[in-house]
Amino acid sequence: MNTSLSWIKAYVPELSCGDKEYCDAMTLSGTKVEGYTRLDKNLEKIVVGHIEKIERHPDADKLIVCQVNVGTQTVQIVTGAQNLKEGDYVPTVLDGGRVAGGHDGGPLPENGIKIKAGKLRGVESAGMMCAIEELGSSRELYPEAPEDGVYVFQKPVTPGADAVEALGLRDTVVEYEVTSNRVDCYSILGIAREAAATFRKPFLPPVVAVKGNDEDVRDFISVEIKDRDLCTRFCARVCKNIKIAPSPEWMQRRLASCGIRPINNLVDITNYVMMEYGQPMHAYDLKNVAGNKIIVRRAKDGDTFQTLDGQVRKLDSEMLMICDAEKEIGLAGIMGGENSKITEDVQTVLFEAATFNGANIRKSSKRVGLRTEASGIFEKGLDPRNAEEAINRACQLIEELGCGEVVGGIVDVKEPFAPLKEIPFEPERINKFLGTEIPKEEMLEIFKRLELAYDEHTNIITAPSFRQDIECFADIAEEVARFYGYDKIPTTLPTGEATTGKMSFKLRVEEKARDIAEYCGFSQGMCYSFESPKVFDKLMIPADSPLRQTVTIANPLGEDFSIMRTISLNGILTSLASNYNRRNKNVRLYELGNIYIPKSLPVTDYPDERMQFTLGMYGEGDFFTMKGVVEEFLESIGMTKKITYDPNAEKTFLHPGRQALIQYKEVVIGYLGEIHPEVTDNYGIDTKVYVAVLDMPAVLPFASFDRKYEGIAKYPAVSRDISMVVPKKILVGDIEKVIEQRGGKILEEYQLFDLYEGSQIKSGYKSVAYSITFRAKDRTLEESDVSGAMKKILNGLEGLGIELRA
Amino acid sequence: MKERLEQIKAEAIRQINESEALDKLNDVRVSFLGKKGELTTVLKGMKDVAPEDRPKVGQLVNEARAEIERVLDEARTNMERKLREARMKAEVIDVTLPAQKNSVGHRHPNTIALEEVERIFIGMGYEVVEGPEVEKDYYNFEALNIPADHPAKDEQDTFYINRDILLRTQTSGVQVHEMEKGRLPIRMIAPGRVFRADEVDATHSPSFHQIEGLVIDRNITFADLKGTLAEFARELFGEETKVKFRPHHFPFTEPSAEMDVSCFKCGGSGCRFCKGEGWIEILGCGMVHPKVLKMCNIDPEEYTGFAFGVGLERIALLKYEIDDMRLLYENDIRFLKQF
Repeated sequence: MNTSLSWIKAYVPELSCGDKEYCDAMTLSGTKVEGYTRLDKNLEKIVVGHIEKIERHPDADKLIVCQVNVGTQTVQIVTGAQNLKEGDYVPTVLDGGRVAGGHDGGPLPENGIKIKAGKLRGVESAGMMCAIEELGSSRELYPEAPEDGVYVFQKPVTPGADAVEALGLRDTVVEYEVTSNRVDCYSILGIAREAAATFRKPFLPPVVAVKGNDEDVRDFISVEIKDRDLCTRFCARVCKNIKIAPSPEWMQRRLASCGIRPINNLVDITNYVMMEYGQPMHAYDLKNVAGNKIIVRRAKDGDTFQTLDGQVRKLDSEMLMICDAEKEIGLAGIMGGENSKITEDVQTVLFEAATFNGANIRKSSKRVGLRTEASGIFEKGLDPRNAEEAINRACQLIEELGCGEVVGGIVDVKEPFAPLKEIPFEPERINKFLGTEIPKEEMLEIFKRLELAYDEHTNIITAPSFRQDIECFADIAEEVARFYGYDKIPTTLPTGEATTGKMSFKLRVEEKARDIAEYCGFSQGMCYSFESPKVFDKLMIPADSPLRQTVTIANPLGEDFSIMRTISLNGILTSLASNYNRRNKNVRLYELGNIYIPKSLPVTDYPDERMQFTLGMYGEGDFFTMKGVVEEFLESIGMTKKITYDPNAEKTFLHPGRQALIQYKEVVIGYLGEIHPEVTDNYGIDTKVYVAVLDMPAVLPFASFDRKYEGIAKYPAVSRDISMVVPKKILVGDIEKVIEQRGGKILEEYQLFDLYEGSQIKSGYKSVAYSITFRAKDRTLEESDVSGAMKKILNGLEGLGIELRA
Repeated sequence: MKERLEQIKAEAIRQINESEALDKLNDVRVSFLGKKGELTTVLKGMKDVAPEDRPKVGQLVNEARAEIERVLDEARTNMERKLREARMKAEVIDVTLPAQKNSVGHRHPNTIALEEVERIFIGMGYEVVEGPEVEKDYYNFEALNIPADHPAKDEQDTFYINRDILLRTQTSGVQVHEMEKGRLPIRMIAPGRVFRADEVDATHSPSFHQIEGLVIDRNITFADLKGTLAEFARELFGEETKVKFRPHHFPFTEPSAEMDVSCFKCGGSGCRFCKGEGWIEILGCGMVHPKVLKMCNIDPEEYTGFAFGVGLERIALLKYEIDDMRLLYENDIRFLKQF
């Protein structure tokens, strides 16, 4: 919310601090100031000039030469403005002065524009007469300013007087960030009350008094609320003999400081009261209110209604309408109807100040797709007590501004007010809670400034109705804290039972994954959790794959971010692709992130969030490089048993001959492989890409950081080499399985040391050679131990159709 | 006999001094001290020496032998030293040639910042916990004192799966999960991914990370909150860092505050980095709202606590002076390599 500081000072007249001091203090007491702008920034040496004479420029058709009385002297100024006549009073910047910007109203330069005397087409010009844009403002806020030309004062002003002052620009506009709990601070009076409390100055709100005539408003209007759950109060007053005119300048300037465009006295008064009291109002032309009756009720499903902006809105049965005896005339709390709007020829006006259910207004405004200044305030939930004061204030202004005649009396239909909140005063508890030693008296003094009533006999604090945010002990403690000063509260560390700082086992394993990946040259990427459903086609995932059963976002940013991923590959492949496109060589990336597997569709419960350790690379390295990283990691988390690989992984997105499931103790814990060339094509990567994905929930049960020292072998090892001719379809994994199963207790390790396919070997076969090592823990092996074990192994291998070479 | 030994000794030393290579030295050793060497021959001739003279002669032989061995060793040591020096001379390298680095990978800046934060809080006795990213409305809003019709619900631009299930907009829900476990006291931080419907630009991302903190115990005060977070700020941004607490509003804490830290670029005097303010907003915090405690079956008369939430990306961007949030999710290796 924006407003001028002068408007605040109108209600806190003793407030006399600089802009920065004001803003800092308000922020520290809880009314956050986002920033402030001096309206007279870069406006220097600008006075009121009186144009005494206008002549044509001798050498330029579009220029005129003016003699301008600037108080102390009369100066000659040349201008191209077309709207001036002799006798006009205009803001005039003198030689050496400064203006805020150009006449086109573009962005304002930081240091403004310096104005110097000079010649225009050979004629001396001692300054400049200013357009409103050059003064840093706009026609929106100064509607009387010409579209293209110099600003002309509406009334005579003393020549030489400060033109900036005369325009009401000697002021500061402060921008506040009001938090959603402080509905009362969406008003000038609310902020002024906080300012008064912050600076310990008296708060003097307007004294509201309406004369009213002898007539009775009840002869003009009656009000019936049918849906009392959505409207808790409806105040109505009537003003007649309305004379539409511009509102006074002070009112226009104050509205302008809030960014509200002045229109005419009637509209401006309703806006002014909305800003001042935080109570939106509406004005109806009474002649359009059929049957002189207001009925507040829900709309009917499917009805339509034309709001005063001319749009036809579709209604439903949860939207509240203001109606007359025959028809709907306003969308409650959001916008009035085209059929009852005020026009220039209005005679009698019906004012409405009502209180609506905030949540209902918020939802209706959303459904109807129309958010107005009024709905934005109503949706916060207003204090019904405020409505009467506000409508009276509007009527007072009608009288004071000579805008019309106020009919006596008010129609006020309301639900009983909710009782005021009462909270026991517990000064010790407040101090214990805040960690302070604030005297009770100081607390009471703070309450007083904030209009919190305290009854000494009952020891009860009563919150004023406008402070709907105050409900309990903690709220009272906050009031004490912010006016005592957050900065004065001491800093201590929690005492009490010591706790152990730690990290879950899962997080420790993930940390290890990061370490190993990085040792192996992989850098950590981060990818989005949501992606496009098109990803499945890109990855050539079959139409009936369960991976396509996704947790789907109902209101995504777009289709590309609409499903929660069920497979982690797209992120890493997209990242590799963007590196590839940028010609980065040898890229290795990894990611630790969740996939989201729905337990049922539609989703009714938490999906299974499965952490995936995904590695991807192109450039140097191959399938076995990736396999090495996988094994390094698994070993580092204590998975030292045999890791096996099943080539029948059936991953459609991987090369059919270069893929494997990763298994540990016969449990699938992930997969790895080369990305299918068609998939790399889909990602625009023109080279081989290798990936590995470890499903961490499957890995975790096998992981352990426990280590036990096994003793360094004391007895010598014995090695035997075997060389075989093996049918190609037999995997070395099958050979290793035989060695492992048949090697017996004394088998220590085995190592593939030669693999050959080619002309030396008969077709359909490959040559494979292993070195097998035996060792016993408790003795030196005998030749017979080793030959026995070897015989078993060799028999087993022959059983697979493997021939031994000499 | 004595002269004979002196002769042998002198001859041996002469031959040693003439030797130019290690194998020559070895030849000398063999010809004088070996099984068939001259000294050995002398010893073999002992049987011809009168028994009473034998100890004397033996001693003389041993002395000669020791002397030859000493000279031999000395010569060998000298020769080996010379050889080593010659070899090293030939082995001079250009130390300015490029290094051969192991191409170690790099951690994501978010993770580096997170680990820093975790280290600080683990040191203060906090446990690192996690909560679900796809969350129930109850935990993300209702249990945090943000009821169904609360305007704060709108402010957060939530992604919904359906009416009851959503992508969490804040890590604060983990507070509730932890409190519901019924184990007190609590000192936890909960880092994790959160989601809000913001279009991607230099300062926004629909997916980012927060770190939630929660302390529940008897006698926890607002002063404790201030002290803890001031300590955190000093650990993270340096010993000189000052903090400022401004009143704010969060539905699940009361009183609430935002914490600014003194700009770690200019030290608070105001610069481009802190937009001339001297302060940088870093986190939101407050005393856990009694309603939240009650909903988690914790008696607010007996227990109090504080909570805070830090934007991880915000810390990473500030600490590493990254000027565009999009870089964090592009995974360009030239970016990642810098961390």
